[in-house]
Amino acid sequence: MRPFTFTKVRNSAVAVKEISEKEEAKFIAGGTNLLDLMKFDVMIPKNIIDITGIALNYIKNLEDGGLRLGALVTNSDTAYHKEVENRYPLLSHAILAGASPQLRNKATDAGNLLQRTRCYYFYDPATPCNKREPGSGCSAIHGYNRWHAIFGASEKCIATHPSDMCVALAALEAKVNVTGPNGERNIPFEDFHRLPGDHPEKDTNLSKDEIITSIDLPANGFAENFSYIKNRDRASYSFALVSIAVGLEMKGNKIKEARIVLGGVAHKPWRNKEAEAFLNNKEANRENFEAVADVIVREAKGYEYNKFKIELARRSVVRALMQAAKIEE
Amino acid sequence: MIEKPHRPNQAAEAAFSIQKHKIILTINEVEQEIKVDAWTTVLDLLREHLHLTGTKKGCDHGQCGACTVLMDGTRINSCLTLAVMHDGAEITTVEGLAKGEQLHPVQEAFIEQDAFQCGYCTPGQICSAIGLINEGKAKTPEDIRDLMSGNICRCGAYNNILKVVQEALERERS
Repeated sequence: MRPFTFTKVRNSAVAVKEISEKEEAKFIAGGTNLLDLMKFDVMIPKNIIDITGIALNYIKNLEDGGLRLGALVTNSDTAYHKEVENRYPLLSHAILAGASPQLRNKATDAGNLLQRTRCYYFYDPATPCNKREPGSGCSAIHGYNRWHAIFGASEKCIATHPSDMCVALAALEAKVNVTGPNGERNIPFEDFHRLPGDHPEKDTNLSKDEIITSIDLPANGFAENFSYIKNRDRASYSFALVSIAVGLEMKGNKIKEARIVLGGVAHKPWRNKEAEAFLNNKEANRENFEAVADVIVREAKGYEYNKFKIELARRSVVRALMQAAKIEE
Repeated sequence: MIEKPHRPNQAAEAAFSIQKHKIILTINEVEQEIKVDAWTTVLDLLREHLHLTGTKKGCDHGQCGACTVLMDGTRINSCLTLAVMHDGAEITTVEGLAKGEQLHPVQEAFIEQDAFQCGYCTPGQICSAIGLINEGKAKTPEDIRDLMSGNICRCGAYNNILKVVQEALERERS
């Protein structure tokens, strides 16, 4: 790792001031992704600001019936928290599908949102990559792109967002609370991560001088009818080829509301609201689920080595909906 | 054309390196005051500065688990965390598990079950197994396999490692 200056801050206001004033500065909390990238020379910050001393390690109930996750709560503490396990099992399952216990014990909730893609060209400074080095080109489009996006990619970048947790947060319509030089604001989860477009170097819509303080979960956790499925090369400790979070609000066998979000297939958790709306007031059955899956994969585009993901995504949608609706065949 | 990543010149590196940070760590029940560079990981501190080489460096990227230690009782990858961030913490490494000549029950079980071959991953496996037991979330053999998946064993001693953890959990319950 290359040398850097190290500062520890005790509150968000000072954190914002420090990051605004320092050149090429980065916050560190869990550090499990940042240090990994620094060792590979993918990220070379000159100044590191330790935010673990800020009082953001809490989970508390909100007046509207929701739940607030402090930015610095670890992924393990979140997944095993009683309120999360009982009211947001979809989130708990998704978190536990990701990484390893050792990593989850260190990685924080806000850090999970800010982790970078695991595109192997992004990780290799010897190859061109528009995300790492804007304008240098994309090695994945005509390279070995088995892990890459089938939705929402651009000519500049076909990387995927690697998080499991974020797929569930997108399905739950979480909000991200941030603080910056101009005060506080909250970002709806679907607007937090970006599609690559012409600027794949920007993963999120968080400004450089803003800090995430917490994540709010709405009251409805879809705890009765949910499913998280993660398809990967080995049964544990591997990134998703295709993952899916489904939450259903049901009345009898009729669907009142559906949330369907795919992971491992795009630059951000991939949600198709048109497809979700198709299920409103429909019977929960395989025929309807197949129809929705067809709508979702209609806009998929595969590359040389990842075309299999399109059929995998289609089948995953059907299976996750069947699981969430508790239909056995 | 890719630009070479920024590399601070030697003068800048010298300027950085004089800013050593003083921290106090309790390592295997011994409190120590240590001066570290900000970029020293807990793993490098243990191995290179304190010569506690029981904790292994496998991948140095959080993928293999060989560097697993217990930080305030919780298992973490020591390669992916900075020592300077742990002022006041208690660290237990494989060297700190035995009481004199008396091995920790999980160490004993590793020998009894023949749960290693080359032994390189073993310190990490042992610390991880103790962390898993502390967490109390594993109920079934499938849970154990899943919750031990952060520790790779390239000799493939997984079946016997599974037996060790299963036995340890049964002992805890009885």
